[in-house]
Amino acid sequence: MKYSKTLNHNPFFGSRHSVLIIVLGLFFIYPFIASNYYIDIAFFFGIYTLLGLSLNIVLGEVGLFDLGHAGFYAIGAYTTAILNTKFGIPILILIPVSALAAGLFAYIVCSPIIHLRGDYLCIVTIGMGEIVRLALINNPFDLTGGPNGVFGIDFPTLGGPFVIDSSIEYYFLIWIVVGLTIVGLIRLQNSRIGRAWNCIREDEVAAGTSGINVRFYKLLAFVIGAALAGVAGNIYASKLMCVSPESFTFWESCLMFCIVLIGGMGSIPGVIIGAGFISLFPEIFRPFAMYRMLVFGTVMILMMMFRPGGAWPRKREGVAFQSLVTRMREKDA
Amino acid sequence: MPDKNKTLLVNQKLTKLFGGLTAVNNFDLDVHQGKIFSLIGPNGAGKTTVFNVVTGIYTPEGGKVIFKGNDITGKKPHEIVSYGIARTFQNIRLFSNMTCLENIMSGQHCRATSGTWASIFRTSHQKKEEANIRTVAESRIRQVGLWDSRDELAKNIAYGSQRMLEIARALGTDPMLLILDEPSSGLNQKETESLMEFLTGLIKDEDITILLIEHDMNVVMGISDWVVVMDEGKKIAEGHPEDIYHNARVIEAYLGSEETR
Repeated sequence: MKYSKTLNHNPFFGSRHSVLIIVLGLFFIYPFIASNYYIDIAFFFGIYTLLGLSLNIVLGEVGLFDLGHAGFYAIGAYTTAILNTKFGIPILILIPVSALAAGLFAYIVCSPIIHLRGDYLCIVTIGMGEIVRLALINNPFDLTGGPNGVFGIDFPTLGGPFVIDSSIEYYFLIWIVVGLTIVGLIRLQNSRIGRAWNCIREDEVAAGTSGINVRFYKLLAFVIGAALAGVAGNIYASKLMCVSPESFTFWESCLMFCIVLIGGMGSIPGVIIGAGFISLFPEIFRPFAMYRMLVFGTVMILMMMFRPGGAWPRKREGVAFQSLVTRMREKDA
Repeated sequence: MPDKNKTLLVNQKLTKLFGGLTAVNNFDLDVHQGKIFSLIGPNGAGKTTVFNVVTGIYTPEGGKVIFKGNDITGKKPHEIVSYGIARTFQNIRLFSNMTCLENIMSGQHCRATSGTWASIFRTSHQKKEEANIRTVAESRIRQVGLWDSRDELAKNIAYGSQRMLEIARALGTDPMLLILDEPSSGLNQKETESLMEFLTGLIKDEDITILLIEHDMNVVMGISDWVVVMDEGKKIAEGHPEDIYHNARVIEAYLGSEETR
């Protein structure tokens, strides 16, 4: 049974390019027919996609449980906020700076904990995310503005006359960034780097004895993941024009985790579906806001029971959770 | 005794402790180029521990591991692979959710250099390397006869094929020394025979040395050039297979003395 062969005969996948073109077309037309409110929903869909993609590197590709990803997101947002409000550096120039700051932070905090496995790493990353948030509340060096956060962040510019100041422009900014990220990540997936990540997820010891520097590639995943979260933080900060610690709670990390799990670990289309679910779901169920969490929790449980590989598992693997569940069932039997 | 001048791997006075237990005790082992060496001994003799020390999974408490004149004691597993030592595991450790071909391609990882940016921008050097990785992996997968399963997930192929795939992955690292931990365990008679044929062919065709742990005496006696016997962390005998076969001390250690049987 060869999946690749059956796919080629499938008329839907045979015309994959035309599907892609239709989807891209809809993305272009959407902001011109939708109201600002719906464009903003699509913007946050984009933010969550970027965050999901960033966590997917750590959680999906390498299988490291990271429940403190909001910490990296916060570092990116605050770097942008502080450098922009204090020194007036244009937001778009701060995108790489935020990425670098978050990446560097990840490198420093993850170096000593990178050898931890599974749930141990998970606990430490939860602590890391919380420490970042608490540090921001405590207003170190009078930089972060304490619980109120930082106000008055500019619209994104490069310093010239071109300013991104409408919902439509923000929509295109985030989705262009997401698009470029996806292209880069697909290329990484199909390189020795991506394969090394997957090998570590599958079997750390065997990865080492196959010549893969386990420590280096785990750190690399954290640094790239954090840098992308930093980029998301930059765009988020300029969109809201203010940042405060309550945007970067443990709940945000959980949402990112859910995005990857719902979509399917290591699957890029899966992340988009997961992010869509997370960002559209609260809007659809706004009338029943009281029961939102109840429905959300139920959906998560049903997902894990009936579709543990995620909504759109990566064709090659994405079965990580599937195999975990099968193994557990075999143990029960 | 095989040619002394072509010593590939030397273990000098290797000692490995687990708490109070001395798993390997002052163990010496010389492996000579182009031969098949077997390490045998009863369960718990420390054979796998020796392998784990040589391949960098454990750091020894005492002694040295020297490979091609380089001291590799205490180096990381991935560094040791780049020196030219590859291994398989007693309980198969494949990358289950990756395809067979990808499993072998991962072996070539240490022979390539393209980094993150090169991969994102698909530089010409990176493309060339990727093509090369694929070529090597494809020739290895043909060599072990798994070409038709190349796009299957590793966990979905038959057990015997998984054993061969693991050997192919080790060969994918372009090793000089191939370390096999019980390669025939779980294989049926026919599969074992083809494995023996494969290993002897490998020695003949390529510049590879094989060191194996094996419980199947037919394999040990059939293909080994030299046999080393371990018991309780120590070397108790070594020699040509036929000499070992008749060595009283080996028989006692291996099968137990009369009264315990």
